[in-house]
Amino acid sequence: MRAGLESVASASARAESGPRAAFTGAGGRLRRQDAAFRAVTQGFAFLVLLLLGGIIVTLASGSWLSLSHFGVRFLFSSAWNPVTEDFGALVPIAGTLATSAIALLIGVPVSFGIALFLTELSPPWLRRPIGTAIELLAAIPSIIYGMWGLFVFAPFFAEHVQPVLISVLGPVPYAGALFRGPPMGIGVLTAGIILAVMVIPFIAAVMRDVFEIVPAVLKESAYAVGGTTWEVVWNVVLPYTRAGVIGGIMLGLGRALGETMAVTFVIGNAYRLSSSLLAPGNTIASALANEFTEAVGELHFSALIALGLILFVITFIVLSLSKLLLLRLARQEGLQA
Amino acid sequence: MSLYARRLWLNRFNLFVSLLATAFGLFWLAWILWTLFDAGLAALTPAVVTQMTPPPGSAGGLLNAIVGSLIMAGGATLLGTPIGILAGVYLAEFGREGWLAPTTRFVNDVLLSAPSIIIGLFVYEAYVFHAKHFSALAGIFALALIVIPVVIRTTENMLRLVPDSLREASAALGAPQWKVITLVTLRAARAGVVTGVLLAIARISGETAPLLFTALNNQFWSLDLGAPMANLPVVIFQFAMSPYDDWQKLAWAGALLITFSVLALNIVARVLFRSKTSAY
Amino acid sequence: MPAPATANPAPAAAPALSREKVKIEVRNLNFFYGKFHALKGINLVVPERKVTAFIGPSGCGKSTLLRTFNRMYALYPNQEARGEILVDAQNILSPKQDLNQLRAKVGMVFQKPTPFPMSIYDNIAFGVRLYERLPSRVMQERVEWALRKAALWDEVKDKLQQSGMSLSGGQQQRLCIARGIAVKPEVLLLDEPCSALDPISTARIEELISELKADYTIVIVTHNMQQAARVSDYTAYMYLGELVEFDVTDTIFIKPKKKETEDYITGRFG
Repeated sequence: MRAGLESVASASARAESGPRAAFTGAGGRLRRQDAAFRAVTQGFAFLVLLLLGGIIVTLASGSWLSLSHFGVRFLFSSAWNPVTEDFGALVPIAGTLATSAIALLIGVPVSFGIALFLTELSPPWLRRPIGTAIELLAAIPSIIYGMWGLFVFAPFFAEHVQPVLISVLGPVPYAGALFRGPPMGIGVLTAGIILAVMVIPFIAAVMRDVFEIVPAVLKESAYAVGGTTWEVVWNVVLPYTRAGVIGGIMLGLGRALGETMAVTFVIGNAYRLSSSLLAPGNTIASALANEFTEAVGELHFSALIALGLILFVITFIVLSLSKLLLLRLARQEGLQA
Repeated sequence: MSLYARRLWLNRFNLFVSLLATAFGLFWLAWILWTLFDAGLAALTPAVVTQMTPPPGSAGGLLNAIVGSLIMAGGATLLGTPIGILAGVYLAEFGREGWLAPTTRFVNDVLLSAPSIIIGLFVYEAYVFHAKHFSALAGIFALALIVIPVVIRTTENMLRLVPDSLREASAALGAPQWKVITLVTLRAARAGVVTGVLLAIARISGETAPLLFTALNNQFWSLDLGAPMANLPVVIFQFAMSPYDDWQKLAWAGALLITFSVLALNIVARVLFRSKTSAY
Repeated sequence: MPAPATANPAPAAAPALSREKVKIEVRNLNFFYGKFHALKGINLVVPERKVTAFIGPSGCGKSTLLRTFNRMYALYPNQEARGEILVDAQNILSPKQDLNQLRAKVGMVFQKPTPFPMSIYDNIAFGVRLYERLPSRVMQERVEWALRKAALWDEVKDKLQQSGMSLSGGQQQRLCIARGIAVKPEVLLLDEPCSALDPISTARIEELISELKADYTIVIVTHNMQQAARVSDYTAYMYLGELVEFDVTDTIFIKPKKKETEDYITGRFG
């Protein structure tokens, strides 16, 4: 790389003294080469849009059979019966939303705490190792989370945590319904907790990055009126980076909604709508992973693809919002700089 | 308690909680890695890398799955990297005007985080369904579709870090733009682009969901790209969910192999990126 | 760490200076950015309810010196001050010093306007709420008082709930001054407060500074010598981390005692 730079530098020095006219003869050919190169790269960039279009078209056409057969009812029916060929998406949709909600409920405060620690509290020499370690949580393949969740976390959870939840929170009126039933280990809550661990690195990394772009002088001026670290972060840093923080949360939500393998291992794969978070359930992604290759009958097949289409639409919207919010913060920064 | 004392207390309390949150995050990493060592090392025998996946209830190894994973990850990288780099070049070098570049950038960022199972579903519908059989090639397609957005993103970011003065210096020679980009700009950004490719490989090495509907699995040794091919993630999934003790042990061994290769790739990518960029 | 440089002889106190009441006294102050020795044996007194200006070429340490008065440097690792800084005869460099309370007492306004990402009203009320629990009526009066003091009230009284970032640059800087005085500090540190502003806004702020010195001790860092001459009562000329000369502003600008000062003032250097 360095050699390349040097040769460029010396070459440009030569160009200044040498005659330029020699190049004009080749001008036409060079321009054609440039146009071709540009067209090729443009073609590959266009491929990305084509991919998006392809995903939408194939999912839509694949799900057409079931969507036209069941109509809007598909979204609100909790039936899922391959024998009678009666399918509805309610249980997987509810499971997807419930597990993701739990993931955010746990993941967002923890991520905020981590970002706060890394930007304000940690000694400088510890920042990089701890930040890297947290980011490595995102590098662990999701199937490992699933296996570990099924064989290690779920039994531990069933033995030590769920009984406490059931006896302490179960009797509470209304909210207690969320924590009733036998402690099986697997279920919606377990899946949500594992998802929380999986989204923490994404949300924490975004939060840390946006906290770091807050101009030092803005923080100093908050300290200058006598604010404590917490007051500066809560009242100045957080509002200043609000768009980016929400963008990061949306990014985590997008991840949680579509996470497949980790959830498939621990959610229990039951098509039953239960008020309890301890009961097994299902998510769109885990239904696909479990049933797709074994689906019999065109309608079953088409219903699964329809689930995929719904998941794609939801995640696309969430991720687009995330991206828009992050862009907004970036633009605000650009204006200030 | 006075207002001031309460503020100081709140500050200290919240900073302490943030310390706990960090410990909470690190705790899971430690717990998972410890589990992998504990269960995986015991199962990691020479047979794992010398024998084929066994039928239920007997001993064996993961050789065909390891090779299958390497072939598919390699194929997807070879297929996806050039596409990603060229598209990234367009976004960074030509994408300062028009609608195509911002739209592509946006869609690419969304696809970067889109559920990978959807990619599997797409390749199934678009290819496997029409070919009427699962195949390693379909698996390569699916993984390549995951590689592309990662490489596009890092290539564009890294090219943007290259100072314009470098482009101008070479353009001042009268060099055509394509030569400036391939010989100068991309070379200057090489470390960053390689980092992106390494991260993409790390990402697809552990991907399971998109392979379930494409490469499926194969109990036997096969190098035929037109046939189903064994691969570590799907074998781990199948073996871990099975009731057989031998299979579960092999699943742990595979899990250890995958996780540490992925973590190693991540760390290598970071170190490489840091040393090269700081030198620049 | 290198040993602190030997203390400069205390600048011969001008007769005028000895009549003033001392607000801040700096004794043999040395400052380090890591290994870099940025302030060398500074001795200085800042008189109460006067405007004291620090001038000197870029990098001479004038901002560094200002930032020791509220220990803003303590936010960063590797920055260290040694010596004594007495504010009302209390050494604020002592490890026992409570930084939040120090900063509430010694306010600061920065080079670039830094409105907080909240409404104009809350920008002012934020600091007040930290130290006083006021009924909302009293708080409103306080906000109005601070905005009037900063000569901003008439321009913003109808849009107190708008974001502080929606104001013009000059208005934002006056908002920051209002925010600084709302907590009723005793000292106000101004770090090149006009360098990002147009001439009209600059004139308003200078006018404001002259009014504020009736109630506050003001220390201003500026690279604009005319500004120092216009607004300050005392001026310190600094060069390469050392205090070269400190005296009544008129003396510094008309009849400096040292040749270096004269060279800088007359533009032969810097």
